[in-house]
Amino acid sequence: MSSARIESLREVAAEIRIRTLDMVTLAKASHVAGALSMADILAVLYGVGGRLLVRDGEPAWPNRDRFLLSKGHACTALYAALSLRGFVAREQLERYAQDGQPLMSHASHKVPGIELSTGSLGHALPVACGLALGARIKAEAWRTVVILSDGELDEGSNWEAAMFAAHHRLGRLVAIVDNNRMQAMGPVESVLSLGSLPDKFRSFGWDVVDLDGHDLHALYGALDLDSRAATGRPLVIVANTIKGKGVDFMENDIVWHYRNPSTEQRDVAVAQLRAGRVS
Amino acid sequence: MAEFEAQSGVTQDTFLAVGDLGYGVVESFQKRFPDRYLNVGIAEQNMAGVAAGLAMTGFNVFTYSIANFPTLRCLEQIRNDICYHGASVKIVSVGAGLAYGSLGYSHHAVQDIACLRGFPGILMATPGDPAEARAVTRYLCQTRGPAYLRLGKAGEICVHPNDVELEATKHWFPIARTGSGRSMILCCGSVLALAEPVAVSAGAELRSAALWADDAPTRAAILQMVGSVDRVVVVEEHLTAGGFGSFVRECLDSRPDLQSRVRSIALDSAACSAVGSQGYLRGMGLLTAERIKACLS
Repeated sequence: MSSARIESLREVAAEIRIRTLDMVTLAKASHVAGALSMADILAVLYGVGGRLLVRDGEPAWPNRDRFLLSKGHACTALYAALSLRGFVAREQLERYAQDGQPLMSHASHKVPGIELSTGSLGHALPVACGLALGARIKAEAWRTVVILSDGELDEGSNWEAAMFAAHHRLGRLVAIVDNNRMQAMGPVESVLSLGSLPDKFRSFGWDVVDLDGHDLHALYGALDLDSRAATGRPLVIVANTIKGKGVDFMENDIVWHYRNPSTEQRDVAVAQLRAGRVS
Repeated sequence: MAEFEAQSGVTQDTFLAVGDLGYGVVESFQKRFPDRYLNVGIAEQNMAGVAAGLAMTGFNVFTYSIANFPTLRCLEQIRNDICYHGASVKIVSVGAGLAYGSLGYSHHAVQDIACLRGFPGILMATPGDPAEARAVTRYLCQTRGPAYLRLGKAGEICVHPNDVELEATKHWFPIARTGSGRSMILCCGSVLALAEPVAVSAGAELRSAALWADDAPTRAAILQMVGSVDRVVVVEEHLTAGGFGSFVRECLDSRPDLQSRVRSIALDSAACSAVGSQGYLRGMGLLTAERIKACLS
């Protein structure tokens, strides 16, 4: 991949983070850190020249790849990414979480470009399996991509779906685990250890790529969706990330699962992002 | 199942997903429509989610299992993934009520209506006998959207002398026996056969709540029915809390003048802690023909 494309995706990731910060600051909303941790993944999916097949301004295009955000609480980053593709108007973001507005604080299918409303964890992977199976039966070529959090893998429904996807050889299904190693009440390792995620998924019959979830080059390479169908195995990308990535005072601090930034904190954070601190 | 299979030959979008149950019942469908059949395994949360996803690709999906497994085990998937999205998934439970009585409380589906009927957009199909079950199955195969089909086991008595056809969509309260007086027995589900002799001897009209929803047309239909007689006895094989009788009373909130006309017979929770045949457990739950008769007067 060309360095120009990487630079372009890096700018997209920074813009997703900045728009996310603006939304949570204005709405005094929570969950900013889990949105920041997956911004690079969304950039590689939704950035122009990115890996997800979508058409600008045509969220219901029938041949689009289906993207589901299982960690629906991190929806601000998705709204930001969709605004960059013309699915959501920029000024809509300013009305995030306001009375009567479509952009609620968990991913909502009322928003153009969002396939599934989420918010309760452990729901999207089973639905993604149904989508991928339906596409295969109907001989449609689109792919299904899901972002899961590591914490939500506590929910058993994910593992029901993981077995199902491998058994039914859903090769056009890709799951990305935003492995930021923190959940609502503390480190994943201390709440309920996941052990080795790559080993777990491998033993379930999935192809596994274990990478740095902020390495745009690696993400772009791993998300080569065109090559997937032939393997007959679903793919999981264990994206090792940092909760709050890109803003030094938010990184790896559980409080930013809940706290909303003040205007001053927002300004500091945006300055850091603009200075190209994301690497 | 025969009706479902016949309809599936006509409508090309039906899909059957089973939760590793239906041995001896689903094989014919599977053989005839292998691309539209799936045994998801013993994983009902996944079955409901997969069904929602399949529905989003255009299928009219029927999820099939017994008792509480396709409903309570995956209630949030039904609420969020199916109903909230208006996904065309029909949840089918066989052996609802106390039909699997001797298998114990795990298999007594007596809270399912209470759990499901409040989800906006869901259609409740609670046929009273095999003729109604065939009619609502035909309807569900031909319509989009979420629904719950509550079935007994095989071998129920046919109360309707002939095949019946749906007269209205969204709600359907077919008359199984016409009455000669000013009273009505309104049954929800397979208790229709229990109430039939009582209706005949008392000259009461016998109706079945075969298809309904918590929506304005259904509420209007119930108001109209209650308004047309002096006494309505609502009968169901379900606990009192949140059941169909409870729904009928909610429909009368705005009409206090009609409320005293309604008597409701549902299961006493004593049925929950006992094991036995359907008939035995109905007795334990005070769901008896004698009680229906007493309430008519």
